[in-house]
Amino acid sequence: MKMVRLFCWLLQGEWRARFVQIIVAVIAIAMGVALGFSIHLINTAALNEFSAANKSLSGQSDVQVYGKQGFFDETVYPKLAQYEGVKLVNPVLEFTATVSAEFENRDDHKLKILGIDVLRAADISPDLLGVPGEGRSMDSFADDAIFLSPAAMEWLGLEQGDMLYFNVGLETIALRVAGGLTRAHAGQRIAVMDIGAAQWRFQYLGLLSRIELKLESNIHHEAFKVKLGNELGEQFYVSEIADQEVRIANMSRAYRVNLNMLALVALFTGSFLVFSTQALSVIRRRRQFTLLRVLGYTRRQLLLQILTEGFVLGTIGALFGLAIGYGCAVLAINLLSGDWGSYIFPGIQPSIFFSLQNAALFFMIGLGVTVLGATLPAREVVSANQASALKSGGEDSTMNRVQRSRSAWVCLFSGVLLTQLPPVYELPVLGYMAIALLLIGGIALMPGLAKLVFSFLQKYVSRYSKNVIILMTVARQANAPNQASIALSGVLASFSLIVAMAIMVLSFRVSVDQWLDHVLPADLYVRVADSGVQGGFQKEEQNAINSLPGFSRTDFFRVQQLTLNPDRPEITLIARPIDAVEPGNTLPLTDDARGLDQLPKGAIPLWVSEAMVDLYGYAVGEKVMIPMGNMWYEFQVAGVWRDYGRQFGAVQMQLSDYQTLTSDFSINSVALWLDTETTMTEALVALQQLPFSNVLEITQSQHMRESSLAIFDRSFAITYVLEVVAVIIGLLGVAASFSAQMLARVKEFSMLRHIGVTQSQIKRMLAAEGCFLTAFGVVLGFVLGLGISLILIFIVNPQSFHWTMQLYMPWNWLLLISGVMLVSASLTAWLSGRNVVSDGVIRAVREDW
Amino acid sequence: MIPLFFNQNGVSWLFLLIILWPSISVSQEAVQGNRFAKVSTGYTLVFPRDYGAHPDFRIEWWYVTGWLETDDKKTLGFQVTFFRSSTGHHPENPSQFAPKQLIIAHAALSDPSVGRLIYGEKSARTGFDLAYAKEGDTNVKLDDWYFVRDADGHYQTKINAEKFGMQLSLIPTQKMILQGEHGFSRKGPNVEQASYYYSEPHLKVAGTIKHQGKTLAVNGHAWLDHEWSSELLDSRADGWDWVSMNLFDGSSLMAFQIRGKDGAKLWAYAKFRNAAGEVRFFDPEQIEFIPERVWQSPHTNAVYPVEMRIRTGEIEWRLIPFFDDQELDSRRTTGAVYWEGAVRIFKEHQPAGQGYLELTGYESALDL
Repeated sequence: MKMVRLFCWLLQGEWRARFVQIIVAVIAIAMGVALGFSIHLINTAALNEFSAANKSLSGQSDVQVYGKQGFFDETVYPKLAQYEGVKLVNPVLEFTATVSAEFENRDDHKLKILGIDVLRAADISPDLLGVPGEGRSMDSFADDAIFLSPAAMEWLGLEQGDMLYFNVGLETIALRVAGGLTRAHAGQRIAVMDIGAAQWRFQYLGLLSRIELKLESNIHHEAFKVKLGNELGEQFYVSEIADQEVRIANMSRAYRVNLNMLALVALFTGSFLVFSTQALSVIRRRRQFTLLRVLGYTRRQLLLQILTEGFVLGTIGALFGLAIGYGCAVLAINLLSGDWGSYIFPGIQPSIFFSLQNAALFFMIGLGVTVLGATLPAREVVSANQASALKSGGEDSTMNRVQRSRSAWVCLFSGVLLTQLPPVYELPVLGYMAIALLLIGGIALMPGLAKLVFSFLQKYVSRYSKNVIILMTVARQANAPNQASIALSGVLASFSLIVAMAIMVLSFRVSVDQWLDHVLPADLYVRVADSGVQGGFQKEEQNAINSLPGFSRTDFFRVQQLTLNPDRPEITLIARPIDAVEPGNTLPLTDDARGLDQLPKGAIPLWVSEAMVDLYGYAVGEKVMIPMGNMWYEFQVAGVWRDYGRQFGAVQMQLSDYQTLTSDFSINSVALWLDTETTMTEALVALQQLPFSNVLEITQSQHMRESSLAIFDRSFAITYVLEVVAVIIGLLGVAASFSAQMLARVKEFSMLRHIGVTQSQIKRMLAAEGCFLTAFGVVLGFVLGLGISLILIFIVNPQSFHWTMQLYMPWNWLLLISGVMLVSASLTAWLSGRNVVSDGVIRAVREDW
Repeated sequence: MIPLFFNQNGVSWLFLLIILWPSISVSQEAVQGNRFAKVSTGYTLVFPRDYGAHPDFRIEWWYVTGWLETDDKKTLGFQVTFFRSSTGHHPENPSQFAPKQLIIAHAALSDPSVGRLIYGEKSARTGFDLAYAKEGDTNVKLDDWYFVRDADGHYQTKINAEKFGMQLSLIPTQKMILQGEHGFSRKGPNVEQASYYYSEPHLKVAGTIKHQGKTLAVNGHAWLDHEWSSELLDSRADGWDWVSMNLFDGSSLMAFQIRGKDGAKLWAYAKFRNAAGEVRFFDPEQIEFIPERVWQSPHTNAVYPVEMRIRTGEIEWRLIPFFDDQELDSRRTTGAVYWEGAVRIFKEHQPAGQGYLELTGYESALDL
């Protein structure tokens, strides 16, 4: 009992005396945990919601049959309905239709429509049954009726009984909102109508998008899947709900993992701060601990004492962190509707699900980091030579054990090695490990480097300057580099992350900007809603557009989605005129391309996006099979192009080749170049003259660029948040370590006062120290950050999103943030010195007996 | 007579609405114009054509009720109904999925040892040869359920419900009965409220039943109704009582009354045929349905006159239910509740035959 009381007494004494630092440490832990936890919560919420929303569309079926090219012929439906072992069958036609209304965002007026047979769907996906108005029961079969989910009604601003207009090709059709889908997933924007009516009105006659099956209870699902898959042949794939989940998770996996990694890096940065606070606190009390040892405290007891401190701090901080993280996640979900402003999870409304298991994990990480921060210095203190430790001034040597240059070099070297390794499960895990190792190595290397740099500075300064403040400052840094490095670790970690993110985001943005230049060369783009599986413009309309006056060039595009691998999201097929002599004029080709003259005669050229190379292993010169219509065709890869728009892959081919192979002469969009004499207004007026102008979606490439960049900025909003948090953590670190040092150096300052240094000189010296140290940290942080950004740009991005980019440096922003860091660190140092210096000189010196 | 349809999967409101609530079917008809064929007096039924479906009419059903006996002398009641309904879909819709016709099948088994009606149902739109009601002869199919008339006049039916199954052959032993005037059967004071209607009484039944995990060989007798119409009921109608009787002496009787909102008789009909084939009609005034004992359903609180006296002219029939709880309660899904059960027939306190009684419109809490 006595032990416990001593324990508490020591803890209380320490915490009462160092209240502010304790608070700072707790805040640091809390911030790290909060950041990681909230990002994790939001990601899981969004994914769960997305997958639940998708699941609610598939209902309770056991097995689903899809066509590899999207829609498939309905004749397979009766076959499946009578297939042995099938209990219930539910044919579904699912497609997105274009609502004819003026919306700002061009991708925003798409509504997912499910055509179902209510009688078949009732047992498999009862949630999709519309609720007709009273006395209008036949609306479930009506060809002019549509049922909207609550979210869709709200989004479209419609009520039961209103009319809803859709563009189908060049036609506009009107459907009556016959009722709601009361059991639709919250926030999900979908519409349901009769399958026969949908096939007819939206021009999908004879087509289905999937058939859901419920099997007899004695049927083995896996065996059934294999058997049916073999019988249906290449055109189809048979999957279970579980397979669907893999596909959905795959869609956003890279995005989620990267955000989680960033969150961990934030936690990691926070942990440096915790470590430095803990380490400094232990070092400062070195003599106190040694005294305890002399008085009979055992090593174990002392170790326990220090670890308990760390444990209590870590527990409080981590608990706060969980609470703050949860609060932030809820707030963010409500404000940003969970998709981080990105396009990854459209049309859903996630809600946070608190999982005790995951909360415990983040709690343990926060606590573990704190305890670790206390352990390393504690072990040194415990095993120290008691006689010498009792003496004054040994603090700096304490850190020798903790930080050694050799291990720093090992970290840096293995970090560089890791960058050379391929991704793990298609994720840049090793890239992130390399980043962590670079950070650790860089920080561990700092004392040695600081000694080197400041020793050099000392020689230089002493030769040319007589300024006593600068001399003292430099001399201190040169001779006590370990303490400096602790103060700097937080600054270094956060600044290098800021640098890395800034370089990465700017490089990405400039690359996207240039890419947009390349992919949007025309002045105007005209799109039209598809009519079923056909593009909306038929030959006749194409001629009408071709004969418009005022345009110097017109390119037609046929764009569609197709599935190459059922486990992966769909890829995009773009057929368009491509410059046969110099394909690079049309496509943003990487260096990996060959001229068409190098292809064998008769081969059909195909240009693939970088994602196709990574995901499907396509290589230039290789022969590949691509399904179009109901057939597979052989192509030869002629080049690789950069694509920031479709991370799941895209391929481009000559429109003429496409039309020869498929006899599909319809197209969905047109690129128009203006004559030199034609103004934009005249061009728009000319387009308005077309008889079908009311269903056209006309976009100026300028606007498209702007909105693309706006989407880009929105997607990176989270990284800006992370940068700000990193800055705050870094500054907190400076404040914490400086104020800790000030207290430890009270005697030093009193000594200086005794030999005639004025109070204001000491303050200036402190500010200068802060300035010098931060400058050093900033330079080092810049080098580290550059290294990390190279990893982000050339390893993490290509490995997770399958695109490459060029390096661009955001000099202005970097200079600005360095300036802010310098000024605020100097200010912090100056402020934390103010109190210390004003204390009684005599008392301070007397302390050193 | 008129089978009431309900459906577990939430779609039979449709049929209830079409059939039960004439005001709605009338208004829908008004919306759609007179697209459906009308029932009129001058028509002569032609067979085998009229065994088949009549897609020009709004609704149609083949409706079999009967009594069965297993090898170990256990008695069961059964009901099998196939129902066709036109949706009034847009005739220009070329889609194979266009809901031209809907087929509904409904089957029930009355086993006193279970004490409750066991039932199953199924519905689908026609198309892809998965569900159809063919013209020319009776041939209705709904996935693996069917009701077919062979060239020799025998009917074959198969039901494969969740809780039970039946595979039965029904063999005519007598000539059919054209109900009403040569098959034109009025349903109300207004002559337009009518259907074409014939019955095949005293069908000999043989086959198997899957019940409680066992497959049982069964024999028995049944009654078939085939009826089609576009407009059936008066808007004042509230429900009806209907009975079919296969009498032991080879005679048969079908009677029904349409009740008004006040519970009074709005219309009634009965036709008796003896074994020799002599037919006797009764005027609406000569027919009386007199409740003898009521049973209150513990499930719905509805009160049904499960024991009845039925007067046709000077003859009085007494109906005793096989067991009381032959109520169909599907309020959970459709809100439809009615009583449809096997009844024993007595005449002058002597057992006279076996039949089926249908009581609709007694459940008060329909607004659920």
